[in-house]
Amino acid sequence: MNLILNPTLDEAPPLRTHRGIVTSHDFLTTPPAAAMMQEGLDDGPDFLSEEDRGPRAVNVDLQTDATLQVDISDALSERDKVKFTVHTKSTLPNFKQNEFSVVRQHEEFIWLHDSFVENEEYAGYIIPPAPPRPDFDASREKLQKLGEGEGSMTKEEFTKMKQELEAEYLAIFKKTVAMHEVFLCRVAAHPVLRKDLNFHVFLEYNQDLSVRGKNKREKMEDFFKNVVKSADGVLVAGVKDVDDFFEHEKTFLLEYHNRVKDASAKSDRMIRSHKSAADDINRIASTLYTLGTQDSTDVCKFFLKVSELFEKTRKIEARVAADEDLKLADLLKYYLRESQAAKDLLYRRGRALVDYENANKALDKARAKNKDVLQAETSQQVCCQKFEKISESAKQELIDFKTRRVAAFRKNLVELAELELKHAKGNLQLLQSCLGVLKGDT
Amino acid sequence: MAAEMEPPPLGNAGETDFRELEDGEDLFVSTVTTLEYPEPSSPEPASLPAEDISINSNGPKQKDVSFDDDPEDLFAEATEEVSLDSPEREPILSDGPSPAITPVTPTTMLTPRMDLGAADMFERSLDEIEEDNNGDTFDIHIAVSDPEKVGDGMNAYMGYKVTTKTSMTIFNKNETTVRRRFSDFLGLHSKLASKYLHIGYIVPPAPEKSIVGMTKVKVGKEDLSSAEFVEKRRSALERYLMRTVKHPVLLKDPDVIMFLESSELPRAVSTQALSGAGILRMVNKAADAVNKMTIKMNESDAWFEEKHQQFENLDLQLRKLHASVESLVCHRKELSVNTASFAKSAAMLGNSEDHTALSRALSQLAEVEEKIDRLHQDQAYADFYLFSELLGDYVRLITAVKSVFDQRMKTWSKWQDTQLLLQKKRESEAKLQFANKPDKLQQAKDEIKEVRSTLEGKVEQGEKDFELISKTIRKEVSRFEKERVKDFKAVIIKYLESLVQTQQQLIKYWEAFLPEAKAIA
Repeated sequence: MNLILNPTLDEAPPLRTHRGIVTSHDFLTTPPAAAMMQEGLDDGPDFLSEEDRGPRAVNVDLQTDATLQVDISDALSERDKVKFTVHTKSTLPNFKQNEFSVVRQHEEFIWLHDSFVENEEYAGYIIPPAPPRPDFDASREKLQKLGEGEGSMTKEEFTKMKQELEAEYLAIFKKTVAMHEVFLCRVAAHPVLRKDLNFHVFLEYNQDLSVRGKNKREKMEDFFKNVVKSADGVLVAGVKDVDDFFEHEKTFLLEYHNRVKDASAKSDRMIRSHKSAADDINRIASTLYTLGTQDSTDVCKFFLKVSELFEKTRKIEARVAADEDLKLADLLKYYLRESQAAKDLLYRRGRALVDYENANKALDKARAKNKDVLQAETSQQVCCQKFEKISESAKQELIDFKTRRVAAFRKNLVELAELELKHAKGNLQLLQSCLGVLKGDT
Repeated sequence: MAAEMEPPPLGNAGETDFRELEDGEDLFVSTVTTLEYPEPSSPEPASLPAEDISINSNGPKQKDVSFDDDPEDLFAEATEEVSLDSPEREPILSDGPSPAITPVTPTTMLTPRMDLGAADMFERSLDEIEEDNNGDTFDIHIAVSDPEKVGDGMNAYMGYKVTTKTSMTIFNKNETTVRRRFSDFLGLHSKLASKYLHIGYIVPPAPEKSIVGMTKVKVGKEDLSSAEFVEKRRSALERYLMRTVKHPVLLKDPDVIMFLESSELPRAVSTQALSGAGILRMVNKAADAVNKMTIKMNESDAWFEEKHQQFENLDLQLRKLHASVESLVCHRKELSVNTASFAKSAAMLGNSEDHTALSRALSQLAEVEEKIDRLHQDQAYADFYLFSELLGDYVRLITAVKSVFDQRMKTWSKWQDTQLLLQKKRESEAKLQFANKPDKLQQAKDEIKEVRSTLEGKVEQGEKDFELISKTIRKEVSRFEKERVKDFKAVIIKYLESLVQTQQQLIKYWEAFLPEAKAIA
């Protein structure tokens, strides 16, 4: 199966995404729907990405696989939760209907993911990483600050900043939708996981799954489990593997994971600086505008023209930052999570290997003592089977992982370069035309 | 005809006058020059060293004698009013040598005495007159370069090379090079300020002192920030000198010429912050601030009211803009640093990637990002040196403009005070008329009369001063506005061009990368 997966943000026109993303959110005091619909960034067709407007934002080769198609057709953002409408089209007999939708929340996705992780049967597979929690806190905080500072800035500045924040909110929203969708698609595309019963329940059961978030005790348990696991992981990792392939993968993944983490953090920082610079240009543009309107000399024309120019270039710069975020930062973040999932797989295999070796030793001991031999034999058989099963699927999974990774990077890097070029050319054209006008004036 | 007179009709003919009268055309022009600033014979007396004041004060009187009967002598009456030692001069001085300038004629006095020839001169636009300075067009270029540390430890300082290239005749040579230090520049500014500020000329402010910056340099820190500091200062000094010489009056000031030409300059000790003069300056500044609050001026001239408001607005907006641009510079530098670190990280990632084509592509990405980081850095420099520094200069210049407006207010206030005093004297004189002390009466009457007439003279002087400074300010403001427009237009265009270049480079880099990305198999 040739899957090319990575979260991409659908960049549809502002008023109506193809999924009809609606948000009812009390944004300060403005009417919610209208406020959210404005996307401050967009300004005509040039700035819209030519991304596929089809049913999939993620390039999954679904043409050959009409048996199960999953997507998030709609999403609603309420005060502190996001409601995703999961839409399924399937020809599989397991489902009652061919097409149906349910509403799910983030916690339910996590439940599904955890159920995979805890299922021994799936130990040999890379479990698609869980989508990150929708995090609008930062955006909300900024909005609040804006509301508080309303008195201290002019009306135009206020509306501008509000528009920007709304656009940011919308962008984060779209991203979280995409990430949840990718998770589901990966599951749906996986030959084994797609048959999982929990998955079907998740897709079909149109009542609330009554999945409550983990309470404090469970969270503490999780924490300890993680501590134990990482300690164990170190032990297991220390065991030298006979199989070259896996030994190589182990070292590779470890290093790769760390470097992706680093690159992801650095790219985030870079993009943040980029955004701050764009914000500055925004402020400069408005001050220039004021100067232009106040000035009585010749130079007022200059100020006004340059202010206009900077407004436009700022939008482009903000777009550049947003695209870098999508194509680069998100890509790195996603592969950070996937490489962790791959590491987890290796850990499980390593654990199985250790168990197998221990079982072997126990069998030898039992045979030596001639005590409980049968028991030791069966346990050894079990461990052996488990280990071999995991090894086999793990090998395939890791190869698939590589293919996916390479394809995703290729797609994103190409798109990144193309977008950067497009924006730079756009910027250049604006600058040159403005310069032409200004030079002609003097 | 004024043109026919050998020495210009204006008194205060110093040696410099004759220097300029090299050919007939010069004579006319120099006369015109003086007419351009008819109020002070400022180009001329300003170019005279302070010690010559006493001579000058005699000069006009002498000339007076010969031209007294000449009805066409525009300035005959004017010369009577030269009084360099008038008491009201002193409080205006902050420090430095006493000014050699005296306003000679308010324009109102001139018109009735104008004859046709002179009227022609007045009709020529001021623009033309400015261009015709001594028959030279404005052609001077100053460069400040080669900062070199002189000395060691806390007494060390930076010496700068000042190169003047010009074809103007007021300079001795076509090209002069001298070495100056920062306090020399400050000294020049303080001399010019003391001479010209109180009569309404906008004197360009000198670059600011920076204790932190200089200490780093003195201590010998050879790092990036002190190099940047020196470069920033060097550039600021160059701009300062160019602005100063662009002013047609300041250009001819002997202090300026001496600064640019003479190889040795007396140490300007009074510019040190903790010197006696420095402390006096601070006291005066405080006094000025207090005075400003107490003077409530009746603005009879709407133009001034309007302009004052305009400059306040401009000041506000420029400061805001300056702050935003500084923030942009800061963020761009940050962006550059972060891009560089991302580039390294991407390179590492590329190294660990085991798929060869992807690994290569990632390394290429790292290279592209590295180039882009340098690009951002360059752009940040452009942001700074083109845009931010210009704005900073103008914020300071507007402070100078505002202080000139304040000077006008002070002049007005002085005039009003003298007038009030005169009023009182007149009242006491009137009272004496009706007093019943016959013997003392005559003596008292005479005294009062004397005092009153001096006061009357002072009041007239005060009024003339006020009108003079008003007129000068009008001209200065219009010149300033013209300069401002020119400066901003030029800088904006240069800045946009730098942005264009950045984008073009970006396009090049990404275009080079794209095929690499596509080549990932």
